[in-house]
This record gives sequence, C-alpha cells and structure tokens, in this order.
Amino acid sequence: MSTPAATTHAQPGALALRCLNLHRYLGQGEGRVHVLKGVSFEAHCGRVYAIVGPSGCGKSTLLYLLGLLDQPDQGEIEINGNIMSNSDDAARTAARGAHIGFVFQFHFLMLEFTALENVMMPMRKLGRLASDEMKARAHALLDSVGLGAKTHRLATQLSGGEQQRVAIARALANQPTILLADEPTGNLDVKNSGVVFDLLTRLAKEQGQAVVLVTHNPEIAQRCDFTRPMRDGVFV
Amino acid sequence: MISPNFRIALRFLTAKKRAMIMSLSCIVLGVGLFIVTQATTAGFELFFTKTILGINGAIRIEDRIQDTMRSMAAAGSTDSYFAQREGVKYIEGVEEPQRIAEVVRQFTNVRGISAVVSGQVQIQSSFKTENAQVFGINLEDHLRVSDLAEQITSGTLDDFRASPRGVLIGRVLADRLQLSRGDSIVVSLRGQSRRMRIAAIYETGYREVDKVNVYLHMGEARSLLKKPSGATFLQVGEHDASRAPADAYHIEQVLRHKATPWQEREKTWLAVFRALRISTAITVTVFTLIASLAMFNTLAMIVLEKTKDIAILRSMGYERRDITRIFLWQAAIVLAIGSALGALFGGVVTWLVEQVPLPINGIFKTDHFIVHRDVNHYIAAIATAVAMVMIASLIPARRAARFEPGDIVRGTAQ
Repeated sequence: MSTPAATTHAQPGALALRCLNLHRYLGQGEGRVHVLKGVSFEAHCGRVYAIVGPSGCGKSTLLYLLGLLDQPDQGEIEINGNIMSNSDDAARTAARGAHIGFVFQFHFLMLEFTALENVMMPMRKLGRLASDEMKARAHALLDSVGLGAKTHRLATQLSGGEQQRVAIARALANQPTILLADEPTGNLDVKNSGVVFDLLTRLAKEQGQAVVLVTHNPEIAQRCDFTRPMRDGVFV
Repeated sequence: MISPNFRIALRFLTAKKRAMIMSLSCIVLGVGLFIVTQATTAGFELFFTKTILGINGAIRIEDRIQDTMRSMAAAGSTDSYFAQREGVKYIEGVEEPQRIAEVVRQFTNVRGISAVVSGQVQIQSSFKTENAQVFGINLEDHLRVSDLAEQITSGTLDDFRASPRGVLIGRVLADRLQLSRGDSIVVSLRGQSRRMRIAAIYETGYREVDKVNVYLHMGEARSLLKKPSGATFLQVGEHDASRAPADAYHIEQVLRHKATPWQEREKTWLAVFRALRISTAITVTVFTLIASLAMFNTLAMIVLEKTKDIAILRSMGYERRDITRIFLWQAAIVLAIGSALGALFGGVVTWLVEQVPLPINGIFKTDHFIVHRDVNHYIAAIATAVAMVMIASLIPARRAARFEPGDIVRGTAQ
C-alpha cells in the first residue's frame, strides 16, 4: 500500500492540542450530571494517545470537546496554539475542517455516496485543492487503506472493516494535525480491529499527526504511545 | 463547478424517493392547474372585453357638464377655504361633435371617433312589431371604432353603403321579427313611419345588443329622430384600451363632457370575472399549499433520517448555513423540476381545454372554450409555488442546521 504524499506542516513533537481544567455537565434539572470534572490533557504531533476507562466515565465527552463538536461549561481548549473554547460556532467549524479529522465507532459514512466521494467530501468543503487534485488525493488515500479497487463502490456495498478504512481515509483527507477516533475498532472483529488500528497509527505517524483515540480494547491501548485511564470524569 | 452543498442535496433527494415524488406531483398539479384556470378565466374575460369594445368602443363621450363648483371663503377671519360642490348639471348630448372630435383626435392613443345619434323606435315586420334602439352612424367612422365589419353574418356592408334606406339589424331581433337580408321593415317613431330595407344582419354575441340595436345612415337617423345637428354621443376607439380610464378623465377635464371608459361601463361584468379569477386562483393555490406541506413533511423526514450525516458534515467543517442550504437545495431542485413539468402540464391541458366544445351566446358568442395564454400566468404560478414551498422548507432546513454535532454522535439530539 502506498501512502499519499504528506504535506502537513505538523512538526513531530509539537504541541497540537491542549485542554486545561475542562468541566462538562450533561442533562438538565435533576438529571444533570457532572461528566467531566476538571480534566487537563495534551497531545503532541506524531504521538498516539489512548484514553481508556469504563463506560460513562466521560472519555467520549472529552473527545467531542477536544474535537470542538461540543462546548465545555468551564476550561480551556487550545488547538494548534489557538484557544478555541470560547470561540463562536463558525470559528470552531472552520477549525474542525482545517485541523481535525474524526473517526467514529459506527463509521458514519454517507451511504448515498461512493467511497471516493466520501473521502472527497471534506476536501470539497475546505476548497484548498482543485477538483482533479482532490480526486487524485482521495484515490491515493483509498489506495493507502487498501481500497484502491473499491473507490466507486457505494458505502452500503462495503463491509464494516472497509467502511472504517474509508472513514480513516476521509479523516486524513484535509491533512489535519489532530486525528480523533472514538472507539474506531469497537464495531469490528479482532482481525479488522488490528488492521484498522495499524492503518490509523501508521498513516498518522507518517504524516506527523497527533492521534487521540478512545477505546475499551486493552490490546489496542497497550500499542499506543501513551495511555490515559479515566474514571468518574477525571484522569487517574 | 458544482457546489458541495448542491452535490449533497442532489444525492439526498434519493433518500425518500416516494415522498419526494409525491411532493413533486403536488407541485406539478399546483403549477399546472393554476396556469389552466388563469388561462380559461382570463380567456373569457378578454373575449368579453373584445366583444364589448367591438360594440361600444373604448370611451363614450356624451352629455356636456355644466360645472357649478364654487369656492368661497370660510366664514370668519380665518384663511381657510372650503369647496362646496352643489352638484353637476348635465346638458344632454354633444352639441358640437365636429369640434369635440377634432380635440379628441389629438390624443395619441385615439384610433377613431364616431358621432352617433340615437333614439327609441318601433320596428314592424310582416310578422310582428318590436321595440328597438336606432343608431345613426357614418359607417366609415364607425368601422374605426367598432368590429361591425367582422360582425356581419348575412349580407354585406357594401349593400348598406349602397342603400340610403338600408339598415343593419341584430341577429336576435331579425329572428324575432322573422326577417332576412333584403326584407322590408317599417321603422316608426311618434306616428311617423318609414319603410326601410335590411341591408345586412350582424351578430355581436351580446344578446342585449343583438336584440335591440339597429344601425341606420346618419342622415336617415337625423331625419327620423328629428335631430338635425349634434350627436347623442361620440364613440371613441383606442389603440390601447387599457388606458381608457386615464384618457376619459383627461377628455372630461378638457372638454367638460361626460366621458365614460369601457371599464366603468362594464364594471359589473368585469367584477364578476375578477372574482371568478381570484376564486379559482385561491382554489388552485390549495394544491400548492398541499405541495408545500408535502415538501415540509418530506424534508422533515429526511432531516430525522440524516441526523448522522449532518453530524459527519458538521465534523468535517460544514457550517450551519451549509446544512440549511443542503436542505433548501433539495426543495429548490424539486421545485425547479416541478415548475418545469407543471408549466408543461399546464400548457398541454390549456390546449386540450381549448378543444372542448362549449356553445355560449349571451354576453359573447363562442362555440368552444376560450383560453388566453399569458407568460404572466406561468410566472405567477411558479412564483406562488416557489414562495410557499421555500417557506415550508425553511423550517426543517433551519432545524437541521440547529443540531449540535456533539449531541448527535452522543445520541441526545432533540
């Protein structure tokens, strides 16, 4: 498998992501729960971080906050040196498009589109590349995840493992500095879990991205550069 | 280059094919039926207008106005004034038709002027006697302000020209008196009788006219009605009859003669046609309303079905306004297809309706449905559909944009 030419500006070891004293409450009224209780965390380019812990401990909530999909009730989030925790929706959206790639547990591919179109989707929005360049990059990314022969298949015509590989290619499409993965292997069998994890870490390391993944799988966690266990809304 | 939002919208359309086709069908029906109903109601209205313009012209100038308006200072020491209108006095007829005609001809919109003398008479045939209204005309003048030449159904105008005692009689009156071209009649007024000959029979389709109006040569009418000078009224033909009210107003101001535009003369019928057009438009707009509700429903379903896609798009940098646009594009695409098909459907059905036999004789004469094709009907139909469907689509589109991606992936989106 060939890797697409990486032109990311991320310097290995540079600080990509930092959060300080994050608090997050979910629910309302009597059902309001203090999910994150002052979490601080850093991620550096070229490193792979695993956040582990029991269900409901707040690891996915932390990931969504780091990915600017949600806003903290208190605390600070810094992406590539820019404090984003208090920024408006437009700025957070732009930062997501330019700096952050997501991989979700349930793949979340857009089913009416082919693998190629799914990978091109973030590039089209960002608009950095010409149409031909986008297509070439999407082909290269799909080649690199072993799906070069299935670029024109609809998402519905791919297996779970293949869909997750497309999701990885899509997450890398805009050459983000940060890759966030929420249980990326949680819905896959053991063989596919290994394949997907290897891909994720190899491609990210090659391109110098900071990878933060949430997982329940201890084997996966052990293979990461850093493991941060969480319990009841705090790192332990 | 196709925008990413449009590309996504195009593909999302296939998500709810059956519901989309239903929305599309409603738009096609709404636009199409709007066009058909407007074409038919406008068709009959315009045909009626053409008929009455062909009979009575655009403006009728009649009695002279003797103005009694006076202004006077209000009592007391104030500077204020008030105008008191004691009433307008009319002096019957047009005393100097030639002079009036010369002035009226200076209006650029005026096509022709015909002086007419008129009065009540009795027409007697060998079969029976009927009341009638005679109109003394100078034929060539009158042809410029009416469609009399096209209304002749038996005989010719040349027969009338060649016969000083010739008359033009309406089809209904001729049938009542059992008269044909060339038959003799006796025209009586105040004990005076004259024998005349039917030169031609006309039919306007307006029953009240065809039953009563009889045209004579001006000289013969003056002699019969004992009106050696002046005219009962002047009939004015215009190039653009829609400007008749403004022209009539100016004529009245300048000449101090009562000038009545056709819109005022026929305001009762015109109001009926207008009401008919509005009521059919309201009825047909219900189809468009249903189309907008169908589109609302379809988009609301797609929004619910596509929450994860919305989260994905938001996570990869698509803004709230992109999400709104994606859903509005879907409505716009269906609207564009629906409007085009609706316009085609409306055009075809209008043509089919035109072929339907429908004999009408009363306020005009026709043997088939009358339609009027007007690009404005198409524009109005499409504009109505666009306004209603886009407003209805805005609600689900904005709702989709309000979703927080974090809530969706967590599964707590409302």
